[in-house]
Amino acid sequence: MTAALAEKHTDTVAEPARDTPPPTVRRRRRERAFDDVPRWQIYLPLGIYLLFTLIPFYWMFLFAVRPTGSTSLVPWPMTGEHFSKVWNERSFAVFFQNSMIVGVCTLIATTLVALAGGYALARFDFRIKNGFMLALLCSQFIPGALMLVPLFEIFKNLQMINSLGSVVIAETVFQLPLSIILISGFIKNVPATLEEAAWVDGCSRFRAFCAVVLPLLRPGLIAVGSFAFVHSWNHFLFALMFLSEQDKQTIPVGLNTLIGADSVDLGALAAGGVIAAVPVVIVFAFIQKWLITGFSAGAVKG
Amino acid sequence: MAQATAVATPPKVPRRRSANPRRLPYLLIAPAGLLMLGFIAYPVVSVFYYSLQNYNVTKPWRNGFAGFDNFTRIFTDDDQFWTTLGFSAQWVVTQVALQLTLGLALALIVNQTFIGRGISRAMVFSPWAVSGVLTSTIWILLYNSSTGFSRYLADAGIGDYGTSVLSDTGTVFWAATVAELWRGVPFFAILILADLQSVSKELYEAAAVDGAGRMRQFFHITLPHLRDAIILSTLLRGVWEFNNVDLLYTLTGGGPAGETTTLPLYVANTGIEGHDFGYASALTTVAFVILLFCSIVYLRLSKFGGDHK
Repeated sequence: MTAALAEKHTDTVAEPARDTPPPTVRRRRRERAFDDVPRWQIYLPLGIYLLFTLIPFYWMFLFAVRPTGSTSLVPWPMTGEHFSKVWNERSFAVFFQNSMIVGVCTLIATTLVALAGGYALARFDFRIKNGFMLALLCSQFIPGALMLVPLFEIFKNLQMINSLGSVVIAETVFQLPLSIILISGFIKNVPATLEEAAWVDGCSRFRAFCAVVLPLLRPGLIAVGSFAFVHSWNHFLFALMFLSEQDKQTIPVGLNTLIGADSVDLGALAAGGVIAAVPVVIVFAFIQKWLITGFSAGAVKG
Repeated sequence: MAQATAVATPPKVPRRRSANPRRLPYLLIAPAGLLMLGFIAYPVVSVFYYSLQNYNVTKPWRNGFAGFDNFTRIFTDDDQFWTTLGFSAQWVVTQVALQLTLGLALALIVNQTFIGRGISRAMVFSPWAVSGVLTSTIWILLYNSSTGFSRYLADAGIGDYGTSVLSDTGTVFWAATVAELWRGVPFFAILILADLQSVSKELYEAAAVDGAGRMRQFFHITLPHLRDAIILSTLLRGVWEFNNVDLLYTLTGGGPAGETTTLPLYVANTGIEGHDFGYASALTTVAFVILLFCSIVYLRLSKFGGDHK
């Protein structure tokens, strides 16, 4: 029933667009004139920038797969020696697992808490609403790096030092403000009448939300969730400070150890870098088409 | 999860829903609010509190109320504060200006219609998802003097063999700048491209009819439209570049010879390695006030959200 409602609604939204008169010939010509940027003005700067972007990635890949001592510029013959060394001897297998746990837990926690908060901001007027918004914005100015010592003391008192939970909490907290603001923007874009229609049909507020609003939030939630994942996967200082036992550390800390080693093993470092990059590259490839729409939707009423 | 069940249980009968909404929003923001009180507000307050204390783990006999001693020391007796503040300013301004310029250009390019647009977008945006430590890793491999990219440049007659750009005080700033640009430009490109989606096509058509060239269209339509997005993203980015330490910490470690130590890096060294937490807190407080002051001035001067539209 509710799904049908949502469908009906999108129909009515789409209608006015269909009603607009077909573009006249003159108008179409003008449009083409505007779009008619010379191709080289696109491809030349784009090509240069692509080189700047991709050479560093290629360089890392090259170092990761070519045998020690080789100076070849093509990744052939390939070797897995650096990967197996980093994965087994430098315990990147453990780091990878820890980073995954932190990333996924942060993703779930951030999305759930931000959904609740964002829904409150989008659908209710309440006394401390403006104060809460202001607090969210102000928190953007607080440097996480400078909060390290007080946070360390808090987690020490909670006996959570060397527990992945401390990093999950810290990442979630610093990820929340932006996520709440974005999600409330997305929810505002879903007409409240849709939900009200579901209430009339006898849905509770919670069921109406799950059945009507949640499906429409998908692009936004993907953007926010992947932010949370990528951010916590990448973040370095909290893990460095709160996790001192080696079997609790995360990938960025492991990379930093490789960088700081007395004689840097470049092959191992590059292999570690590739391992660190793979999950975010996959997530990024998956979300990048949602990224633009997600941002522009959130920005409209954010 | 707790709030979900709290929401789910009461309203079976539709009428009770209208009685509930007084408390519901508070229940919904409670998890976020409590987390932020406990792990953001409380640490902030404790930093303010400790800034007025002598608090050094290695010198416990001196611990106690210090009044404004820490602040006096910052402004009158700490050269490093001024040098690191100066470097922070230089770093933030350079990064934001270059990232914005390149990001804007990139967004305008990939906003055009051309073959291979989707894949180009994905590729140029990809460093956005890369961490500071990974960026350091990659650029250490590139800057490495024996097998790095610079060696091949030296083979081609550009630059010298044997010197790493990261250990030379004359080149380290630009070496770090390029590395940070590499991962920073996509942020602006993504945000600006998102905002470009909402420029109405009719405006350009009208301008084209009136004979405005592409340059004039850019300065009179595109740029005014992007104004608020640019102001907000530069501000957020400026704060972020000021606060973020992971790239410089891992790439240069603040060196050589303290050449690339930002204020937050100095604070971290004072607090974590020097164990002088009272003084580090005072530095944090000063940094926070400076940041807030600059942000307000910036928003005022740029007339953010003004009636330009």
